[in-house]
Amino acid sequence: MVKENDVLHIAELADIGISSPELGRFTEQFNAILEYFDILDTFEASEPLMRPLVNVFREDEVTPSISQDDALRNSHNPEDGYVRAPKVI
Amino acid sequence: MNDIYNAYLNTDEIPGSKTGSLAGVRVSIKDNISTKDIETTCASKILKGYIPPYDAHVVTLLKAQGAVIAGKTNMDEFGMGSTTENSAFGPTLNPRDVTRAPGGSSGGSAAAIAGGLVSMALGSDTGGSVRCPAAWCGIVGLKPSYGRVSRFGLIAYANSFEQIGPMAANVRDAAKLFSVIAGHDPKDSTSVNKPCDGNVVPEISGKTIGIPKEYFGEGVDAGVAAQVRKAIGKLEELGAKIVDVSLPSMKYALPAYYVTCTCEASSNLGRFDGVRFGPEPEMNLPWHDAYTKVREAGFGGEVRRRILLGTFALSAGYYGKYYVKAQHAKQLIAKDFAAALQTCDMLAGPTMPNIAPKIGELTADPLQMYLADILTVPVNIAGIPAISVPCGTAHGMPVGLQLMGRMFGEETILNAALAFEEAV
Repeated sequence: MVKENDVLHIAELADIGISSPELGRFTEQFNAILEYFDILDTFEASEPLMRPLVNVFREDEVTPSISQDDALRNSHNPEDGYVRAPKVI
Repeated sequence: MNDIYNAYLNTDEIPGSKTGSLAGVRVSIKDNISTKDIETTCASKILKGYIPPYDAHVVTLLKAQGAVIAGKTNMDEFGMGSTTENSAFGPTLNPRDVTRAPGGSSGGSAAAIAGGLVSMALGSDTGGSVRCPAAWCGIVGLKPSYGRVSRFGLIAYANSFEQIGPMAANVRDAAKLFSVIAGHDPKDSTSVNKPCDGNVVPEISGKTIGIPKEYFGEGVDAGVAAQVRKAIGKLEELGAKIVDVSLPSMKYALPAYYVTCTCEASSNLGRFDGVRFGPEPEMNLPWHDAYTKVREAGFGGEVRRRILLGTFALSAGYYGKYYVKAQHAKQLIAKDFAAALQTCDMLAGPTMPNIAPKIGELTADPLQMYLADILTVPVNIAGIPAISVPCGTAHGMPVGLQLMGRMFGEETILNAALAFEEAV
């Protein structure tokens, strides 16, 4: 059973924000969804997980790419060719 | 263009050319596929105004074959939904009955074709998003084998499942569009070198078609089931051998899918913080607070729900119970399909358990919306190709016959779909 405090904690982990009406609604919906997911508890994971994939390697060669101007085109007020972000410390 | 179905988010066109297999053919593009210099929003407020600086590989291929890039189509925000009602820019309507949803998440592409606005379009299919709207709008939609079409430039939601797929009014057009987009792309590390020549022939005689009993189980509408049974009877008439098969692990498919896709979404959508694209974060706030505000304003309800569910399923104490267990379930499901497809050339069943819902019918309860995907997600888990082809109507609305093939066996299911289409 997930409680409102759990959902609030998850919202903080995800940096996503949550309003009070949303908190009640999401908590109720999550409990219904997680109850449905409980069917995953009804089988034993007896076989190891197989990874039938192989790595595909290529030479690390320099090829044409988009320009710095194009890469920055959707950012806000870039400075000296860099994006700007909120303060981290 | 008179877009009475709200099928488009942007109707800007890029002219085609006179040479190539799609010379002058108008092809619309789902709005989660990057188009250079044309706004690409994933139907989300958080990408409003985003102008990609490059084309998705599939768009480069379309342009090289002379296609006109004919607008960006509406969708559920980031592909999260089964009705195209989760768009930040309003729902798309179903041209077969405008009081009903077209299906999703590639609902704009399907409605544009069904409404006669364009003859071909690209969609993307993470858990049924090409096949569902194809079935509900009465058109053809193909989910390719994982790796057959490059995902470069497809804005990621759940990248271990999704493929870009062709949608069209008929099987030949779908095959033609598929032949242009299939093939190797070094820019997608999961891309395989399996091009397609697009030459489809109506061929079904002598093929063994398995009918999984789970595809006619609880929750499948009787009218839909009857119509699909009739279609299977037609396949038998055309010379196919019909056998009963079972996919016993299919009961785990929906939770395994939703656990995995929400986990991948919670990681993939972490990039939307307003720094490189999207609404500007408040630079004077601490970064947690700044990004929180951007996301709270920018993401719609279903996107927020899936990011939260995924973050929860990956969090300490729950990772083993949900994520790891879902990966085991995926393995069981893939084994079931591999076993069935060892004796059968393809499997057949309904694409969707019901007909297109009324607008608003499924949006109130997210679990009910998820349950609509029960017959489409198993294919994404197994990675195999599947096509939805129209097979008449139930309750006055289109029904889709789903043909599921062996890995990289698109040609076989396209040929079978063509044989069926020509016979009805």
